[in-house]
Amino acid sequence: MASTIRVRATANGDITEVQALIQHPMDSGFVKDAKGEFIPPHFIQELTFEHNGKPVFVADWGAAVSKDPYVKFAFKGGKKGDDLKISWIDNKGATDITTAKIQ
Amino acid sequence: MNITESGFSATRRLVLKGTGLVALIGLGAVPFCVSPALAAANDKYPEDAFRQKSEADAIKALYGKTAEPSDKVKMDAPEIAENGAVVPIAVTTTLSDVTSISFLVAENPNALAASYRIPQGTVPAVANRLKMAKTTNVTCIVEAGGKLYSATREVKVTVGGCGG
Amino acid sequence: MKPRFAIRLASAMFALSLVAMPVFTITARAADKIDPEADKKAFQKFFTEKFPKLKPEDFVNGPYSMNEDLHKQWEEKEQFPPYEFSLEAGKEMFSRPFKNGKSYADCFPNQGIGIRQNYPYFDEKEGKVITLELALNRCREANGEAPFSYLKDEMAALTAYMAFTSRGKPFDIKIPNDPRALEAYQKGKEYFYTRRGQLNFSCATCHVQSPGERIRAEVLAPALGILNAMPIYRSEWSGMGTTSRRFTTCNSQIRGVPLTPQDDEYRNLEYYLSYVSNGMPISGPGARP
Repeated sequence: MASTIRVRATANGDITEVQALIQHPMDSGFVKDAKGEFIPPHFIQELTFEHNGKPVFVADWGAAVSKDPYVKFAFKGGKKGDDLKISWIDNKGATDITTAKIQ
Repeated sequence: MNITESGFSATRRLVLKGTGLVALIGLGAVPFCVSPALAAANDKYPEDAFRQKSEADAIKALYGKTAEPSDKVKMDAPEIAENGAVVPIAVTTTLSDVTSISFLVAENPNALAASYRIPQGTVPAVANRLKMAKTTNVTCIVEAGGKLYSATREVKVTVGGCGG
Repeated sequence: MKPRFAIRLASAMFALSLVAMPVFTITARAADKIDPEADKKAFQKFFTEKFPKLKPEDFVNGPYSMNEDLHKQWEEKEQFPPYEFSLEAGKEMFSRPFKNGKSYADCFPNQGIGIRQNYPYFDEKEGKVITLELALNRCREANGEAPFSYLKDEMAALTAYMAFTSRGKPFDIKIPNDPRALEAYQKGKEYFYTRRGQLNFSCATCHVQSPGERIRAEVLAPALGILNAMPIYRSEWSGMGTTSRRFTTCNSQIRGVPLTPQDDEYRNLEYYLSYVSNGMPISGPGARP
């Protein structure tokens, strides 16, 4: 199955800019379905970006983050060709991991 | 079982041992469930803060201190959200020694929306997309040099009409 | 007494006018020559004059070209757009062969790549308007596959991919010199300008009379270029929708009865709207509020 994580990491001099879009329903638990029952909460809780084995950015998310969540940040010390490892875990214990190359 | 300084850690250990699972589910209010999976996986996910209703309680649970407004925290948020389900909010700051950035939506059922850990070497700026239940203040907290700074903006959220 | 008399008089005159109108319209129709080229020029002139600060290609961005606050939010989303997953799925679906070994590429000119701007077209053999969505399902059925729903999911993913391969190409809709084609075009135009539904709105009421203005909380898009971004990821739907989805939901929203997707009226409407936007670049797939 294809990864849920889409990443764009671009090195600009010393700074690497990272954008990620993740396919995930991010159900808050507050929305009812067609039958009138609450759709249970189902959302990513932690999203980690690692470079050279160290976390460069960690997101702690609640249910108020939008569906198919997006995040953008930047860090120093990366260069073109380096690997960036991205992983997430959601409230049901599901996980996904991917590695992207810095362009 | 040892009593630790923080009751929260003791709860996590219960989960890890499996015996406390039932108790936790009893505590967690439906529909917003407690997250046994992550509690087991990672020590630092601030479950408690995410469960708080008010901004003040969430900030207290997350940081244990209060924030002072600062014009060195610059928020980028729309005046009227295109749609409350996807509101692009971003922040940049000129403060140094930033260790954490958080976003709170005052009148969401639980005020804390997202919290980001900023290791050294990471630029203190984040852009994300949040859900807003209605027109209210969005607050950004920046933890820098051990102190908390904040910026707030009101974002209007309307109910969609017939579409464009 | 006087008010009552006045009302009776008004009613009588109204009744008379109702009788008189069809006669007038029929006569007028016979006398009118269908001139799509002139229509298109007038249509585009109307919008470019109404919004002199917009570049022609801005019109394909719908409400985002009408409002600065919305435009900023849209620019942010376009950095990593919400239709990304549907587009990827569409590309993968498009290249996967059918059970019989053939694929979508066999049904379309140029293997289906970079051709979206030519749809809809008038099929002179059949004597009807063929839209991209219709052509895709016909391709499936001709190859022993079940047709997709016209509204979203797979159909949206496929048309998203095909639109993407045509991004930037100007709409190039052709109306052959065939009375049936001209009639289909004209019927589409009439549908566009006819009021319907409980709210008694025509498409033009919102998209010609009030672009850039608000209907309740939404900002209205101009009719010029309105189909160029199809299919769209609408925040309101939290998902993708096709031209068919938008036509049917729009009918419902003005409290009219929605037609069946790909009914004659909808295909003719799409034909008209696409033709008068000839020259405007394809921007699909798109994001909308």
